[in-house]
Amino acid sequence: MTEVRVVVNGRVERRDVEPRLLLVHLLRDELGLTGTHWGCDTSNCGACVVWLDDVPVKSCTVLAAMADGHSVRTVEGLAPPGGLDPVQRAFIDCHGLQCGFCTPAMLLTARWLLDHTPDPTEEEIRTAIAGITCRCTGYANIVKAIQRAAS
Amino acid sequence: MSFGRVRRKEDARFVRGRGRFVDDIALPGMLHAAVLRSPHARARIVAVDTLAAESHPLVRAVITGEQLAERGLAWMPTLSHDVQAVLATDEVRYQGQEVAFVVAETRYAARDALALIDVEYAPLPAVVDARHALDADAPRVRDKPDNHVFDWEAGDAVATDAAFAAAEHVSACDLVYPRVHPAPLETCGIVADHDPITEKLTVWATAQAPHAHRVLLSRVTGIPEHRIRIVAPDIGGGFGNKVGLYPAYVCAVVASQLVGAPVKWVEDRSENLMATAFARDYHMRGEIAATHDGRITALRVRVLADHGAFNATAQPSRFPAGFFHTFTGSYDVPAAHCRVTGVHTNKAPGGVAYACSFRVTEASYLVERLVDVLAFDLGLDPAELRMRNLLRPEQFPYRCATGWEYDSGDYPRTLALALEKVRYEELRKEQAARRTTGDGPLLGIGISFFTEAVGAGPRALMDIAGLGMADGAQLRVHPSGSAVLAVSCMSQGQGHETTFAQLVAHELGIGVDEVEVVQGDTERTPFGLGTYGSRSTPVSGAATVVAARKVRERARLVAAAMLEVAPQDLEWVAGRFQVRGVPGTGASFREIAMAAHSDLELPDGVEGHLDAAAVYNPPNLTFPCGAYVCVVEVDAGTGQVAVRRFVAVDDCGVRINPTIVEGQIHGGLADGVGMALMELIAFDATGNHLGASFMDYLLPTALECPMWELGETVTPSPHHPVGAKGVGESATVGSPAAVVNAVLDAIGVRHADMPLTPAQVWRAGQGRPLRPDLAIGTESTGGGP
Repeated sequence: MTEVRVVVNGRVERRDVEPRLLLVHLLRDELGLTGTHWGCDTSNCGACVVWLDDVPVKSCTVLAAMADGHSVRTVEGLAPPGGLDPVQRAFIDCHGLQCGFCTPAMLLTARWLLDHTPDPTEEEIRTAIAGITCRCTGYANIVKAIQRAAS
Repeated sequence: MSFGRVRRKEDARFVRGRGRFVDDIALPGMLHAAVLRSPHARARIVAVDTLAAESHPLVRAVITGEQLAERGLAWMPTLSHDVQAVLATDEVRYQGQEVAFVVAETRYAARDALALIDVEYAPLPAVVDARHALDADAPRVRDKPDNHVFDWEAGDAVATDAAFAAAEHVSACDLVYPRVHPAPLETCGIVADHDPITEKLTVWATAQAPHAHRVLLSRVTGIPEHRIRIVAPDIGGGFGNKVGLYPAYVCAVVASQLVGAPVKWVEDRSENLMATAFARDYHMRGEIAATHDGRITALRVRVLADHGAFNATAQPSRFPAGFFHTFTGSYDVPAAHCRVTGVHTNKAPGGVAYACSFRVTEASYLVERLVDVLAFDLGLDPAELRMRNLLRPEQFPYRCATGWEYDSGDYPRTLALALEKVRYEELRKEQAARRTTGDGPLLGIGISFFTEAVGAGPRALMDIAGLGMADGAQLRVHPSGSAVLAVSCMSQGQGHETTFAQLVAHELGIGVDEVEVVQGDTERTPFGLGTYGSRSTPVSGAATVVAARKVRERARLVAAAMLEVAPQDLEWVAGRFQVRGVPGTGASFREIAMAAHSDLELPDGVEGHLDAAAVYNPPNLTFPCGAYVCVVEVDAGTGQVAVRRFVAVDDCGVRINPTIVEGQIHGGLADGVGMALMELIAFDATGNHLGASFMDYLLPTALECPMWELGETVTPSPHHPVGAKGVGESATVGSPAAVVNAVLDAIGVRHADMPLTPAQVWRAGQGRPLRPDLAIGTESTGGGP
């Protein structure tokens, strides 16, 4: 077992975990943050995207131990309790989600994109979310939602 | 009016990460399971040694086929009157088949223990190529004399043969609709919790059809139905993949009984792609007869259907090839006949899924490809050829040559609108100019016109596993006038909580927010067959409306007592009953609801309260349609295809929530791009699965999808209570042919099979023989597409 100390959504969390434990499982199974989803074993689908020190990562490909001493932001930390981040609001307004499984990853990626590129082109939006698979929306409304959030 | 662009009720939880999917469920003492699967496509099981696995400190149980056999549970019935192995006992019959089930205290320990199970296999030759499944020397997949599953036909063979004999022109084409997979982003899973004291089983599962799952689970396990509760939590996409009952579900139930604790099993992506319900795998030879000027006179089709090792396809019993006999499509075809032969191969069982509308997808692709082949052979414009043959509005209701009665539609107007939206004539000019100058990538324009057949179905005609396809709805009205609707269908992202609330609000004149929709829980919802085949709005939606109208009629009686008038003197205007001719005298639905629960004296025979229930048995299917135009650019040097534009004009009848309808269409269009250009479940010659991860099974991303351009026509269904037809699978049905037609139009090739990967497109464009379809495995070694 190895001790992991991670700041998750602003809260310090300490756990003794197996060295092989994936970050996605630390978040979901140890910390109960089930908004981060798991969808494949190969880092293709992107359902598990979280921020590691302000950069989106696929948490199925990060060991929990690698997050030791770092900070993690999940969908649960996207907005203060009771509030909604503009990207969350825009996804609702533009019907940017259906089953909701890819949504947390899309939202975190969108937030990161807009933090760095406040007025992205459609191509920049599509490129930013190309690492996340959505099986429901055909992406159009996700792109529109991110455009809406940008404006 | 409560129809319209209402924001979805379900989004508030999903955008906060508060959806509750099956893997999010954690019960006290819950154990975790993993499945050991066969590495061989076909092998005899010589021995299974579980001792080391059982000795693992965190392992609580290891279940083998032999143990299940002792309980009479080694085999389970499929949805198609076949049986399927729960855990293999004698022989494994496809790569990925379930062999053993491990239950451990942690997710990781269960996985670790799989490596400790020692299975001795004696590999056997496998049947991989469906086209050779019926050869005399083919290995036998099952303990049967041959690999034959069924023969089925529809239409008039004699009339069709006569029409072909007399035809001025015949075009023929061999087409493969390859094996693909629905691949919902959330894989399949279950938490089974058997209470040893009450002997009650509670199951949380990714179940598109919770009530059907309960019946089937009861039949398999022998646990009586009234002691089984199935709860479908939020489902992360289904597309048909979550209709059936999978072997590991049965194992989880047995494990929970054995261990006395809840057991969770959630498959990984490779398991999902290798072992759960696939789609398609139809090898078709289509012939189309026509006059020289392109009037279609007959269609004839022979299909070889690969059903894998067990016939687990989910089609209504009477239709082993589903509704494939909708293959006359949208055209006035006087004579048609199809014959479908199903065979076993050493591949995963199925197929059900992927928004197939019971094989309408295959049928639609076939006819839309054949029409383009006919246009190619006759030198006609494919739009003009379609326009010449489309059904005319005055022909509805139209009985097609294979017996379906199409309910309504205005096909020429729908196609004309799509052509106008895409600026078809201009595109053809641009295409001609590019061909002349040779500048830029090749431009291709592809059209498809589909007719869907959804809302299964009339119970006298249709059942699945003996269960008729009528749906119930229960509507409870509170004293305040707010309501709870319980339906048997189950959303996997379609937004039922919103659409169905809109239906009730529309009928009762209350707010959409005043209606709560309950779904997915067999103890809280009435019986019905669930959500697939685009049947929720046509069947459960209709049941909802009928129940709401019963509530309203009861409300009329209560209002009459309140107002001391005769019920027939009341009229329903804008959410209230008012006295005819005296608009100032009336009662709102809320006031009536309160009165119905109050001490108001009611006439004899009026029960009070306003609750109502209905079971809706659809009189016919509904027949949505659509005209799709896809515009692609193809790099002749690399074969790379880019979808530049996609115009989709859909007619799904009345749209309850246009935003949700459009979202459904968007998703289906992306499906079509995926199937046409990249998706393939391939096998090598020995039956190795070549698409077992998202590195090999390619799905479209945001970069492969254009900004969809939608349009609509609305011809209400004459028999649905609000005229809605259903839309869930329309775009998946209609879009693949449009994309394929566009690519082939760009490269000037008569036909090439999906998926049109760069390599395939390049070969086809070069006039080289296509690499044999990897799904057929005629090469000794395979490879990715």
